[in-house]
Amino acid sequence: MWRSKAWITLSKASSVPQAKMSLTDQTKMARQLASAQIISALRLRAEGVLIPLGALVAGFIAFSIFLVLLGKSPFEFFSLVWKGGFSSAFSWQNTLSRVAPLVFAALCVALPARLGLVVIGGEGAIVLGGLAAAVAGTALGGLPAVLGMPLMALAGMVLGGLWIGAIGALRIKRGVNETISSLLMAYIAIALFNHFVEGPFRDPASLNKPSTAPLADSLRVGDMPFIAAHWGVLAGVIACILCWVLIDRTTVGFAARIAGDNVRAAQIQGLPVAKLVIGFTALGGAFAGLAGYFEVAAVHGSANASLIAGYGYTGILVAFLARHNPLAILPVAILLGGIEASGGLIQRRMELPDATILVFEGMVFIIILLSEALYGKLGIFKTNAGGTR
Amino acid sequence: MEPVDIGLWGVPLAILGGAIRVSTPFIFVSLGECLTERSGRINLGLEGTLVFGAMSGYAVAYETGNPFIGVLAAALAGACFGLLHGWICKFKGVNDIAVGIAMMLFGMGLAFFFGKPYIQPQAPDLPAISFGFWSDIPQVQAALQVNVLFIAGGILAVAMAWMFRSTRVGLTVRVVGDSTDAARAMGLNPDRVRLLSTAAGGALAGIGGAYLSLYYPGSWTEGISSGQGLMAIALVIFARWNPINCFWAALLFGGAGALGPALQSVGVSEGYYLFFAAPYVLTLVLLIMTSSPDRALQGAPLELSLTK
Repeated sequence: MWRSKAWITLSKASSVPQAKMSLTDQTKMARQLASAQIISALRLRAEGVLIPLGALVAGFIAFSIFLVLLGKSPFEFFSLVWKGGFSSAFSWQNTLSRVAPLVFAALCVALPARLGLVVIGGEGAIVLGGLAAAVAGTALGGLPAVLGMPLMALAGMVLGGLWIGAIGALRIKRGVNETISSLLMAYIAIALFNHFVEGPFRDPASLNKPSTAPLADSLRVGDMPFIAAHWGVLAGVIACILCWVLIDRTTVGFAARIAGDNVRAAQIQGLPVAKLVIGFTALGGAFAGLAGYFEVAAVHGSANASLIAGYGYTGILVAFLARHNPLAILPVAILLGGIEASGGLIQRRMELPDATILVFEGMVFIIILLSEALYGKLGIFKTNAGGTR
Repeated sequence: MEPVDIGLWGVPLAILGGAIRVSTPFIFVSLGECLTERSGRINLGLEGTLVFGAMSGYAVAYETGNPFIGVLAAALAGACFGLLHGWICKFKGVNDIAVGIAMMLFGMGLAFFFGKPYIQPQAPDLPAISFGFWSDIPQVQAALQVNVLFIAGGILAVAMAWMFRSTRVGLTVRVVGDSTDAARAMGLNPDRVRLLSTAAGGALAGIGGAYLSLYYPGSWTEGISSGQGLMAIALVIFARWNPINCFWAALLFGGAGALGPALQSVGVSEGYYLFFAAPYVLTLVLLIMTSSPDRALQGAPLELSLTK
């Protein structure tokens, strides 16, 4: 019985190998089946794009109603979002500065999600990764940038990877719920961060705002040519592509998707589920740590309380909106980065509190999750082969 | 009265007093979550409900001048959040853990949004009863100032345990939590039972929030909750879904939360932030100790997605 279950997950995960299989059969029926499956795969793909888009629009509408009830103009809100996030070179700079940490934070959610884990403590790995990078940067001050920069990034990635990887290990070895443990670990991480920044690693010269020692100029990450954004954005794009390749084009990613669909089937098939879980959570944590590195090396110049900016939490929404697809994370991160970048403008012009963006994000998040109920239910996406969700 | 120098005895005394003061929101949120989880559903959004309850309770208490009306308003608001959560989770294919995260963000967003005008004004506090009248030492008297909601929480824990054990309502909730199919066969509507349990759980979390803003720390700020709503959920697992255990576990967590301030009061300020992390570390350690990789958790409702 488990065998047939596992086989269903295999065919659902990818229709391509199956199409090949049926062509080797050389029978007319198999050929028809193959083409039917390609069409159904396309339909599923269209479903995977159109339902989140529809949910996003529904979220916009729900928030517009909320604004109208408060006597504010939704038109003004969205035109300010455009103005503050996307209309000029300056606003793009503001938006792109948020894209890098959002992309990495979203990967920290999306990678474990492929294994069916809901890890929401990326904020902890960002903060600790930033601290590790800043401390490494201070210690490596004398090294040339060619060596110092990668070592700083590595320090952030290792600590972030260990932090979130531990959550995966606790899940697989002890059965500890990863959602709760990751959020608890985020609180612990922030307490540790405050302890170290205000205690052992505090720069005595930082009076009003406790910080680690400022990085040497040679270790600061600069802006990319032609684009008003630091190199972290490019690193985020590359990370997304690499993750997509890992998940969609390698056997490791294939195994992870099987384990995410049906852990028991994966275990019986002999897949190394424990290694996959720990590896994927650790990789996600390493990306979150990298976000901390770029925040320190490209934006703040040292580790201080500005690092606790909530990117880890917005990243959760980015990942869910992108349906945990690494390639979709980038456009979603730009959209949400722009919306958050326009927050200050909306606050001033519309006299709304700064939590307005949080209300908006919460609404969109709820509606996106509600839309999960629609998969396989809408007539236009109904298929014969793949519609048995 | 001048504080009497009682030396290091001040630490356990401050922890005891702190445990009573800090534990009340844990008691209410964990009892609420216990009820919701017993019906087979998990509500991770209680952190947001707690914060919104704190805001709405404070705002209504300020407008009406009566803290108890504030508590009532917080309970109503919490019930609304519970109803929304329960309604969303009714649909097939919706992940109740993810919905909880979204509700957490949404609840906090709404609380900060509407709570802005109430950060400055001072609302009336909930009354407390002094059990320390027999002592002349002011620290003892301070430690034994027990808020009415703490007592109500204790009574509620006993009442809920009795409800689960020997009433029809309790049996209904337990059946739905252990087997959807059996509940259907009995003619029950599992969705409706879960909806009402989630709403009742939300109402209790709202009361927990009102305690935060109306008694301790006693004012509405955006940083009023530091994960109490979330810790309470972990606490329910540790308490093995038993209301009486929830009460004791909440006291333990309150004590851990009071450790930092207690040590600070006797002059230990080294590693203040590390002591601040004590309740989270305690929660995590207990969670690790009480979880198990291969067998179902003892006492867990069988339909709960958390333990499946």
